Amino acid sequence: MLIETMTTKYTFTEKKDTRSGFGVGLLEVGKQNADVVALCADLTESLKMDAFAKEFPNRFFQVGIAEANMIGIAAGLTIGGKIPFTGTFANFSTGRVYDQIRQSVAYSGKNVKICASHAGLTLGEDGATHQILEDIGLMKMLPGMTVINTCDFNQTKAATIAIAKHNGPVYLRFGRPAVPNFTPADQKFEIGKAVTLIEGTDVTIVATGHLVWKAIEAEAQLAQLGISAEVINIHTIKPLDDAAILKSIAKTKCVVTAEEHQMHGGLGDSVAQLLSRKSPTPQEFIAVNDSFGESGTPDQLMTKYGLDTTDIVSAVHRVLKRK
Amino acid sequence: MADIAQLNKLCSQVRRDIVRMVHAVNSGHPGGSLGCVEYFVALYGEIMNHNPKAFSMDGKGEDLFFLSNGHISPVFYSVLARTGYFPVDELKTFRKLNTRLQGHPTTHEHLPGVRVASGSLGQGMSVAIGAALTKKLNGDKSIVYSLHGDGELQEGQIWEAAMYAAANKVDNYIAAVDYNGRQIDGDVDNILTLGNLKAKFEAFGWETLEVANGNVLEDVIAGLKKAQTYLGKGKPVMVLLHTEMGCGVDYMTGTHKWHGKAPNDEQLQAALCQIEETEKDY
Repeated sequence: MLIETMTTKYTFTEKKDTRSGFGVGLLEVGKQNADVVALCADLTESLKMDAFAKEFPNRFFQVGIAEANMIGIAAGLTIGGKIPFTGTFANFSTGRVYDQIRQSVAYSGKNVKICASHAGLTLGEDGATHQILEDIGLMKMLPGMTVINTCDFNQTKAATIAIAKHNGPVYLRFGRPAVPNFTPADQKFEIGKAVTLIEGTDVTIVATGHLVWKAIEAEAQLAQLGISAEVINIHTIKPLDDAAILKSIAKTKCVVTAEEHQMHGGLGDSVAQLLSRKSPTPQEFIAVNDSFGESGTPDQLMTKYGLDTTDIVSAVHRVLKRK
Repeated sequence: MADIAQLNKLCSQVRRDIVRMVHAVNSGHPGGSLGCVEYFVALYGEIMNHNPKAFSMDGKGEDLFFLSNGHISPVFYSVLARTGYFPVDELKTFRKLNTRLQGHPTTHEHLPGVRVASGSLGQGMSVAIGAALTKKLNGDKSIVYSLHGDGELQEGQIWEAAMYAAANKVDNYIAAVDYNGRQIDGDVDNILTLGNLKAKFEAFGWETLEVANGNVLEDVIAGLKKAQTYLGKGKPVMVLLHTEMGCGVDYMTGTHKWHGKAPNDEQLQAALCQIEETEKDY
């Protein structure tokens, strides 16, 4: 593989799962703020919430396999000043409880942090019942909902700490597998602020979540071919950092969006909507194309569904021809 | 204790408000609203420790109420207004464009007295439990109340919440069911029977009591005061209020047909003839 001869502009010393970043961040924010409470629907270890539960047993609520009730209790806990973090798989954090989130949290303006692990194909072998690829779309459609999809351990930890200080409902999406941990441990996480990881002039790659590292790998491959790619890490899908994207597009004149989500309703949709209004620009989408996932290893699935580094490189070639 | 005669007069005025509000916009839910008048007047006029003049979302140090069956907003709004949460005159804006009195209650328009949106059924018990848990965490000895429709109990989330409250000893919480036996499509027993409701809640671990006539104010007050004696003993408390849908307007009783239908001009007059104007109509 070409990638093995490439040197990316970012390095990592270890692979870690984003969900562990959430767990560490939750514990830290629990120490910082006594009003932070946490709820889990029988997936405490999977969500890495066990450290918080052990440290703050009175502020941790095990609700059992009853996600709708969990969301409602979280909404109620805000009345009197608590800051609840709910934890379960992304599928059960969104689609299963959409109406509860819509009415009791979003419409009611409650300060609930809906934290969702095991999002997307990289859940792997459990198959499509658990691999939600629609959650970003579901959540970004709710008025007032902030939607965040983090790319590595450090960013997930920073995001978890940051959203506790943000007053309003938040959807925080992360995953199961160990992935390169390359963002700084001491990073400042600003909700709604894109991070330009690599500057380039020929094409903009806008990526979120696990696709951010793949975009970095793609940039290295493209550089070998003499193509200068700008890589933007979009951790906040809503509100989208319009200015950062428009600034980059003004320079590169084309864009590839990359996400572990359905093409319909995802980051690419948000970017396309922005560009069609402000600056129509050729765009290619790296996303799942109107399909459910299936069982397999995370790597196999990312390859089969076209979410790999080589897919990003191919998309760049396609979009460059459309400039 | 408040003057019962005075509170009964308030009940009468609230009934007038309800039928006038739904008539004015030719929409809304008079039946369930009329059946719950005594519960609301008991709660806001006698039972709860609350602060209408300085409403705060957090309600620290106050008793809190959550309406889960949000479609009976007319009775909720009338009682909130007439106990001082907002001007009575605002009742005339019910369901009209730009109103704070939305068809179903919401916090979105910042109406004093409302702490969560409701209308999509089955969610209010979970929210009330959350608020009760926060009161415990805050060392706040106040009580949380909620009201649910009987048809609403067909929603599964209610039973998730009921299981949770008992398992976790949420004993600063008194829920109530508007047990009128009717829902939109007909009698609850014909749609999806609740079976032995008292036995169900008891089996779920709740202290459960019944008020045989939920449209007699003294009985409702006595029932809620009895319920208060069960607080702090490791169990959530359920009050099954046997009410009559449409109570106070003869032609609206004995049927489910006035669940979500407004009276026409003639029907309004027929209703108002039966209900004394004890405070001034808005």
